[in-house]
Amino acid sequence: MNASEPLVRVEGLTHYYGNHLGCRDVGFELYESEVLAVVGESGSGKTTLLNCLSTQIVPTSGKVMYRFRDGHVENLFDMSEAEQRVLLRTDWGFVMQNPRDGLRMGVSAGANVGERLMSVGNRHYGNIRKTALDWLERVEIDPTRIDDSPRTFSGGMQQRLQIARNLVTSPRLVFMDEPTGGLDVSVQARLLDLIRRIVADLGLSIVIVTHDLAVARLLSDRIIVMKNGKIIEQGLTDQVLDDPHQPYTQLLVSSILQVGA
Amino acid sequence: MSLDTISAEAPAYNFAYLDEQTKRMIRRAILKGIAIPGYQVPFASREMPMPYGWGTGGMQVTAAIIGPDDILKVIDQGSDDTTNAVAIRNFFKRTAGVAMTFRTADASIIQTRHRIPEEKLRSDQVLVFQVPIPEPLRFLEPRETETRKMHALSEYGLMHVKLYEDIAHHGHIATTYAYPVMVENRYVMDPSPIPKFDNPKLDNTPALQLFGAGREKRIYALPPYTRVKSLDFEDHPFSVQDWPDTQCAMCGATGVYFDEVILNDLGERMFVCSDSDYCEHRQEAGHFGAEHASYKERMK
Ligand SMILES: Nc1ncnc2c1ncn2[C@@H]1O[C@H](COP(=O)(O)OP(=O)(O)OP(=O)(O)O)[C@@H](O)[C@H]1O
Ligand SMILES: [Mg+2]
Ligand SMILES: [Zn+2]
Repeated sequence: MNASEPLVRVEGLTHYYGNHLGCRDVGFELYESEVLAVVGESGSGKTTLLNCLSTQIVPTSGKVMYRFRDGHVENLFDMSEAEQRVLLRTDWGFVMQNPRDGLRMGVSAGANVGERLMSVGNRHYGNIRKTALDWLERVEIDPTRIDDSPRTFSGGMQQRLQIARNLVTSPRLVFMDEPTGGLDVSVQARLLDLIRRIVADLGLSIVIVTHDLAVARLLSDRIIVMKNGKIIEQGLTDQVLDDPHQPYTQLLVSSILQVGA
Repeated sequence: MSLDTISAEAPAYNFAYLDEQTKRMIRRAILKGIAIPGYQVPFASREMPMPYGWGTGGMQVTAAIIGPDDILKVIDQGSDDTTNAVAIRNFFKRTAGVAMTFRTADASIIQTRHRIPEEKLRSDQVLVFQVPIPEPLRFLEPRETETRKMHALSEYGLMHVKLYEDIAHHGHIATTYAYPVMVENRYVMDPSPIPKFDNPKLDNTPALQLFGAGREKRIYALPPYTRVKSLDFEDHPFSVQDWPDTQCAMCGATGVYFDEVILNDLGERMFVCSDSDYCEHRQEAGHFGAEHASYKERMK
């Protein structure tokens, strides 16, 4: 139970789609309550990396050592699929870029938030509903909308609902793939603010994929820069963004407006 | 092949229509189903001389288990003489030549759609259900690969999502037919579109219960004395339909599943047993309800 041990230790993670490189020889550590941003251009392997980390795809080689709540450390790919799926709906969350992929659009907002509670065995309707109401408030959704379909929600609301749905079982680690991707700027800002607040409140560890350095700057403690499937630079976010060493990172940094700096 | 051709003089078809190899294949699926209560076993469903939706799954199961000495009863919504029940009975009359009965107690095999008889079944009886949609998870998760995984890993949170939605929108669990059950604490199963009133009869029954879905090519089973529990919430427990203060107009029965019958244009109505054999049996034994001629006679 040593909190100074990393929560996740990634070693030599490589994934090929057939002959096609997804990511190669990725290694890093993630500590508890730490937010890690993964940045890089389109096709650089960010989503591939995230999907490997969250066991949604099995990497060609490499390890992801994960420290469980009881302190023991295990390679995720030595676990059975059943165990991986339990992790995914208890210890972890996964927020997708497109909320329609991460929500059940056919059921109410309340059922979306309550699903994980039910999947871990909660069988008290009143308690489930109370928790769902609570979480709607926390993600700034009007609780009177609890029985409405997410189809009637705006993109920003859907994304906040997706976050609530993932956080309701108090996960330790949440993966986010471009969570602000499809939203306009003002909606993005509100969502980022919310994520920042919740992450701080809950002491969550986050791996967030973004191609927006402003998002990385605002949310993350550390940053990984990827190119052609490999990590080309990593370190504390402020250091990397203020003093990038790699020419590619320099190019990235210089090409964006310094929002929120 | 149509029913006309199979009713020709010298039968070219096998006993109970299916060839022996097909029957063996279906029996293997049935045995596997019995070995894994509530698990949906895929099988190579055959064309039957009736359209899907007419109980071709149940018919194949019946055809695979029936022998010359069996006595068959076929019911549809509790009645032995709807078109569907008559057609299936005729089919087995012609292809197997077995004895038929309306009497639940006399039958060794009962093929049913939408009901379980009121009379308690025995260990020497088999109940065969006709199943339109065997997958209880389908309405929320249409991907077959995913639902299979959910069954394999006993991941059934979704079933409660459906019940949650019911309560959120109706204030109570509004599902009244095909009410999902948990079998031996392992597999969630669709009991076919029987009313939830019949769900408790699935539990701990001495009779073997077999389920056949023709179009969907699935067979599943509840061996005798299987634990079957209807899903619910602690604060919204499962309950069956009830008709307080209602008696069958014909036989005076209470606590059974009722059909409502409209008597005239004035909207007058009466309730009668949905299980017609049960009702008749009671009348023969001298039980009469308010609308029964003998009762009216007595009241004069
Ligand atoms: N399912 C797949 N089959 C084959 N190749 C794939 C597949 N998914 C991704 N790739 C390839 O792997 C590489 C990395 O893709 P990935 O989706 O991880 O990039 P990304 O950094 O997430 O890009 P984006 O910013 O566009 O989302 C790319 O060359 C991509 O074409
Ligand atoms: Mg991507
Ligand atoms: Zn009656």
